[in-house]
Formats: sequence, C-alpha cells, structure tokens
Amino acid sequence: MKVIFTDVLVIGGGLAGLRMGIGAKRRGHEVIVLSLVPPKRSHSAAAQGGMQASLANVIKGQGDNEDVHFEDTVRGSDWGADQDVARMFVNTAPKAARELASWGLPWSRVKPGDRQVIINSQKETITEREEARGLIAQRDFGGTKKWRTCYVADGTGHSMLYTASDRAIGEGIEVHERTEAVALIHDGKRCYGAVVRDLITGELRAYLAKATAIATGGAGRLYRVTTSAVICEGIGHALALETGVAAVGNMEAVQFHPTGIVPVGILMTEGCRGDGGLLRDVDGYRFMPDYEPEKKELASRDVVSRRMEEHIRKGKGVKSRFGDHLWLDVTLLGRHHIEHNLREIKEICESFLGIDPAEKWIPVRPAQHYTMGGVRTNHTGESPHLKGLFAAGEAACWDLHGFNRLGGNSVSETVVAGMIVGEFIADFCDKPENGVDVPMGLVEEFVEREEAKLKALLNGKGTESAFKLNTEMQEIMSHSVGIFRNGKALQDAVDHLQQLLVRSRNIGLVSKHPGANPELVAAYRTQKMIKLALTVACGALQRTESRGAHAREDYPHRDDQNWLKRTLAFWRDEKSTLPDLEYETLDVMKMELPPGWRGYGTKDYIDHSDTAKRMAEIDEIKKRMEGKSRHDIQNALMPFRDKLPDVLRGFNERIDEPLSK
Amino acid sequence: MSDEQKNTAPGGQPRQRMLNFHILRYNPQDPESKPHMQSYQLEETEGMTLFLALSEIREHQDPTLQYDFVCRAGICGSCSMLINGRPGLACRTLTHEMDADITLAPLPVFELIGDLSVNTGKWMHGMSERLETWVHTKEEEINLSKAEARMDPELAEQIYELDRCVECGSCVAACGTAQMRKDFVGAVGMNKLARFRLDPRDVRTDADFYELVGDDNGVFGCMSLLACHDICPKELPLQSQIAFLRRKMATIGN
Repeated sequence: MKVIFTDVLVIGGGLAGLRMGIGAKRRGHEVIVLSLVPPKRSHSAAAQGGMQASLANVIKGQGDNEDVHFEDTVRGSDWGADQDVARMFVNTAPKAARELASWGLPWSRVKPGDRQVIINSQKETITEREEARGLIAQRDFGGTKKWRTCYVADGTGHSMLYTASDRAIGEGIEVHERTEAVALIHDGKRCYGAVVRDLITGELRAYLAKATAIATGGAGRLYRVTTSAVICEGIGHALALETGVAAVGNMEAVQFHPTGIVPVGILMTEGCRGDGGLLRDVDGYRFMPDYEPEKKELASRDVVSRRMEEHIRKGKGVKSRFGDHLWLDVTLLGRHHIEHNLREIKEICESFLGIDPAEKWIPVRPAQHYTMGGVRTNHTGESPHLKGLFAAGEAACWDLHGFNRLGGNSVSETVVAGMIVGEFIADFCDKPENGVDVPMGLVEEFVEREEAKLKALLNGKGTESAFKLNTEMQEIMSHSVGIFRNGKALQDAVDHLQQLLVRSRNIGLVSKHPGANPELVAAYRTQKMIKLALTVACGALQRTESRGAHAREDYPHRDDQNWLKRTLAFWRDEKSTLPDLEYETLDVMKMELPPGWRGYGTKDYIDHSDTAKRMAEIDEIKKRMEGKSRHDIQNALMPFRDKLPDVLRGFNERIDEPLSK
Repeated sequence: MSDEQKNTAPGGQPRQRMLNFHILRYNPQDPESKPHMQSYQLEETEGMTLFLALSEIREHQDPTLQYDFVCRAGICGSCSMLINGRPGLACRTLTHEMDADITLAPLPVFELIGDLSVNTGKWMHGMSERLETWVHTKEEEINLSKAEARMDPELAEQIYELDRCVECGSCVAACGTAQMRKDFVGAVGMNKLARFRLDPRDVRTDADFYELVGDDNGVFGCMSLLACHDICPKELPLQSQIAFLRRKMATIGN
C-alpha cells in the first residue's frame, strides 16, 4: 500500500481548491491538490460572465457597497442563505477581485467619458467618471440593484482560473493530475484523508492529511441537459455522504440557467442579457416585461427560467425537432460589442449552431446550471459532523446561496471561500492537537475495502450497464425533479431512483482492464451519483413549499413558518436505498434582513411568526443609531466581523468611500 | 423575424449518413496492446459533434475507447486531437462539415495515455515552471483593503487577447521544431511570455525573458513554418507575437 503524507489534501483543482491551497501553503503548510484533469481544464473556466464584487467604479455601480451586495444575495437566495456567511462573503469579495488584479488578472477597465449602452432595449448614453479611469469595470447582471459584476470580456472564469493556477505553480503547490478520490478515510469522528485512484494506471493510494478539503464543484451531470462540464458529477458531495457521518445540505436547491443553447445545453452567459439582450417567443415578441415588469429579463435566474417554461407551456415556444425553445436576441447590441465583449458567445454560436449572433437569434431553453446544495459546513468551511473535513465553492453548502444563487456570485464565492477557508484550514493545522495520528490499520481497512469494490466490478458477474443506468438516472432527474415539481412526479422519481440504486449494485463490465478504464470509472461514479440523486429527489419531495429554485406546483407559496429550514441529508446505513433527512432551523431573530418580498417573482408567501417582531427590533435599532456610520449600524444589527480571519476584516476602499473615514 | 429564422432548426440540415470512424488505438499500459487502426460505424444525427459521436461509440460499441473531454464547449482545451491529420478541438467539430470517413489519432509530441488521450497537462505544467508563467511582482504583500492599481483599458484588452490561450497543445502538435526538439517551448510558451512582457505588473525585463527563451529551445528554434498560427483554435495572433518576441530577444542577444 502506497501512503502519501501531507498537511492539507485538497480534492479538486478548480478555483476554490487552488485558492484554498495557496492560502494554506502561504501559512507554511504542505499542500497536495488532487485533480481529475489538469487544473486549467476545471469547470471554473466556463464561468463566462463575471464575478460580483462591490467596487462601485462604474457610474451605474455608484452607491454600491457591501450592504447592497448583501441584500441582493439574501433576496436572491429567497432567504435560504446563512446571513453571517453572506456578510463574510460580501466583505471579502472586493479583496478577492483586487488580489486577482495584483496577480495579473486582466480585468476589463473603466474608460472615462461617454459610451452607449443598451438598457431595457433602449440605447442610452452613460458617462464614466474621470476618477474611475483604469479601475476595474463592472457590468449589469440579474438580481442585482447595481452594476457589480467585474469581468474579463466574456472569459472571466478562464482568466481567473489561469491566474490562480499559474500562481499555484509559482508558489510550488503540488498538483496530482488525473487522480480521483474514491473514499474519505475516517473513524466516524475525524477525517484523515482519502483513498485515491490513479486514473492512468489504476493504482490505489492512501493520502493522509491533517485537513482534507472538498472542492469538486457541482453535480450538474445528475441531469440530462446541463451547462456543466462532463466532470461535474457530484463525486465530492458523494464522498462526504458515503462517510455516513457528514451531511449534504439543501440538495433539492438546483439552479436552472435561463439560456442554455438548444439542444446541447451549452451556456450563453447572463452577460448577454446584462448587456441588453432580450428574450423573444415564437412571434418574436418580448415576453418578459409582461411577467416581470420591474426586472424583466434581469430578474433572478430561478424566476426567469420559470417564466420561460410558463411561456412555453402557453404554446408560445418555437417548435424544433429537439422540443420547444425560445430565442435569445443579442443582435441589438451590435457587431462590435458582440465581437469584443461576447466573443465566446460568438464562437459557440458559430461552432455549435452555425449562426452569427450579430445577425440571428439564438435558440435557448433553461438548462441545469448550478448546485446550491453541497457538503454542509459551518462558517469556517469545516463540516460540523466530521472533524478535519472542509469544503468550499460549489461543492459546499456554506451556505451563501440558499435556494437560488445570483449570477456572478459563483466564481466570486470560489475565490472568496478559498481565501477564508484557506485561512481557517491553516489555523486548524497550526494546532498541535490536530496532527495526523492515524491508526494505520484503519487506513489499510479503507484501501482494502475500495480495492474489493473495484475487483467486484471488474470480476463480478453483474449484468447491468453503468452507462444505461446513468442515462436513466439523468432522464428521471430532468423529467421529474426539474424546474417545476409536484408530489406525484417526485414520489415516482424517488421510487424509480431506488430501483436504479439496487440495480447499480449489479453492474457488470465488458472491459476488465484494471488500469485506465472508462467503463470502470463510469461504474463506480454511477453508483455514487444515484445516491446523490436520491438526496435531491427526497429533499424536493419532503419540502412542501416553493422557495428559490425549488418550485412545487402543489405548494406554490414560500412557507417561512414551516420551511425556513436547511435540509440535511445523511446516508448512515450503507445498505439503505434512502437517505436520512434532518432539518436545521434558520433563526429569524438573528437575521439582519428578515424574510420579505424579493422584489421580483411571486408576492405571496407565508410569514414566519417571528418576522414582525424582528422587523420591529431592527427599526428600533436603526432609529436609535440614526446618524451613525453604516458599518456601526450593521454591526448593531448582526455583528459578523469577528467571524472572519483577521487578515480579511478590513473595510474596502471605493472612489466615494475613502478608507480614512 | 424572417421566415428562415422561424424554420431553421440549429445544427444544419437533417441527414442520416453512415459515418465511418477510423481511430488509432493503443494502450501503453497494456503489454499486449499494439498500435492499430480500428473502425466504427455510426449513424449521423443532427448537430453531431465529435464529442457526441465518440461518446456514443464508447457507450454503445466500445467501452474501452479513451479520450479527453471536459467542457465540450470549446472552452477548456482538453480534447485536441488529429482530425483527418490536422490538430483541432474535437468537441466543436461538427460531423456534417466532414466527409463520411473520419480519421482520428492522438496529438503527437505529447506523452500518450491511451488511444486519443494524451498528457498535455504534464507538458504544459513543465512549460509553465520553466518559463515562470506568472506575474513576478516586487512586493509580496499587498493591502487588500485599498483600491486596485489602475491599468489602461486598451492594455488590459491586449493582455486578455493573449491570455485567451487554452493550452490545448494544437500549436505544439503542429510544430516542426517541436517534433525535433523535445524541450522546445512552442508557440504556447512564446505567446505566454509575450503576454507577461506586456503586463506592467510583471517586473521582469527583456534580459530576464532572454534567459528563458533566448536560445534554440525558445524563439531562435522557431523555423517560421507557422502552422501554429493557422491551426490555433482561439485564433491567437501567434505569428506576430513570435516575430515580435524574436526581434526583441535578438536585440538583447547582440
């Protein structure tokens, strides 16, 4: 048995994993990053549109600050977010954007003077300030009050990932490419590392670490049509779930992006609509203002996706051999804008649809896009259930996004959580009592168990095809656990997925090669994915309300009285075909922003009994503090600053908000 | 809206050709494997890309077939291979633009993992370490509470233009020098240095860059065949960047 020791084992080489690794390494800890693919191929690269950080440089961002970003994020989450975490996040996002700038990220910059923009399908001239010359520019995005999304043309994620990855190489962080964690090593209380499979040779190795961090991204491939890369299979989530100790939170919260191209689901960035693009129906009619008079195309993603499906159900979709779709129209932005600021979009339209988006409309339909659920952690990024296990980014339920994530908050979260959790991991490793004192018998036991599972797949007499089971699972999820949900369909999905899980224990392989073997990989991943799919379907079935991206036709109202709760799913009994669900209550009396109307979407919801009381308390505090700084008032409402690592507690400088104040 | 727009389904005209794939197979991990061509037949579907075709072959005909796809949207650079002899991104290659006989082989130069999968990651990592492809700054600690340093908007755009490289390896696979010199940095490496040379945040001088690429494994190894420029899937201005860098380095060399 080959054993590799390190201080910090990061599983996943995307933005969150790399930034955590850099943080821990800078504090003097040895770091190994495991990555399925070369880190620069990670799905972080696909984030086209941008990163939210309240820098307030552009004129349409004037007046933006942490408070506005906080409110947008909490409203976007439909009050599912952890408000402490949201506060920690908005305070750190400007620092993260500026850190990346100092590492060489070529952020698009402000040009002073007049420029033409498209707002609400009208040409408008705005004038950028001379004071903002050369500072990082922001664009408009859905669900935000101010222009807050910092961007690098439409290759933001790509440039962020390359900057972070090259920085990690520069700082000597070891990355083990083409390796896959197949199980976490733990004793029920403490996580000690992972059993890892080399995807080239098939060799199993044990990696032992003081801290193990999951940063494996989302689980888009649970669905048939998704914007996600093929490696986004939720394996990190499943590793935590399979410990039987750690929990995954809010797995039923699944975001559908309004504009995936038809049929393959490749993403057309929200920047298309942020920059002025419109949605049109079969008649060429712009329908969003009828549904959302205020935010129109730029309501939050869950709302726009539902309105699109609603409109298609009314018979207003465009018929095609791949089903009905709607149009995304960016022609009004003009060729110059498309060729400079939406170039990836142009390339994708040319390569996959054979059309020029400056001339023709793009066929779109909502596609699975983001996994709000993840490995449940506390605000330090550590699992409250399994010591030494951390998670960050899309793989985590930290919980920044609640039931709907705002566009631009995902890549932002990756680097922000990487900065914050990286520091907490370093603190954890600094403590002498957290040394790795692993009973080697336990390690052997885990490696042998995984070896036995692989042998059983390779040499067993199973008859089921992994590829077929995977496709069936994806079809159930897309059909019954999609944008609109109801009790009957969800129950069918749960029943059917349970059958698939049983069948997945009887997978047989055509190819018996123990080394690089794509069929073997599909087999063990499919077994994990079906379990994870069950946490999504069961969570959705039990949650008898509609909140954010979770929309129940049979329970159309948000129900704060009964459902201001976070779902926790455990898989305690390996032989079971269902997860154990538990709930964690969110305390209205501690909220800075108690539940209310989001400013878009439906207005009727069932109030929590504490909401009025907390509102009165907040009004009283605000009255008492009149004339005090916004930081002081915020601190009186919900102190959070001491929860941040020391180095990230400072205020953020802006043109209109100098630091000296 | 035009009638054409109403009626045109994406991905071109429906047709049902039989495609014949000829794929170079070899698994170096398996002592019994010998390099050979293997053929597969597949019915073409509308909008079919090589990603969709190869996935279908693996799922329904041959589960042992190795290849690398990640984003399947032309963004990540994983899937470059020789498509009818020419390096290109397989995920965004539409079959309806090709003859029914399609020959696929792994990229040369890079270490073969198996079939169409090559270890571009390892090569690129080595190149990055050697050329130190990160911004070299003076102060290590910056005050993150303070506003960012300003940058000329046009310059930021120019840097991004070169930053768009996805390290797919197509330029290296197409390069005459790379076939002969295993340590040649390729167009990808020279483009990166051109990018950092442009970046005012990087304190390295031309003399420093000369140390990295001022030899036959760098700018002076390039024979100006410029296949790199012709096949770059991101259409990077490799020709002008290499020429410019070489001129600058030649000045230092004197």
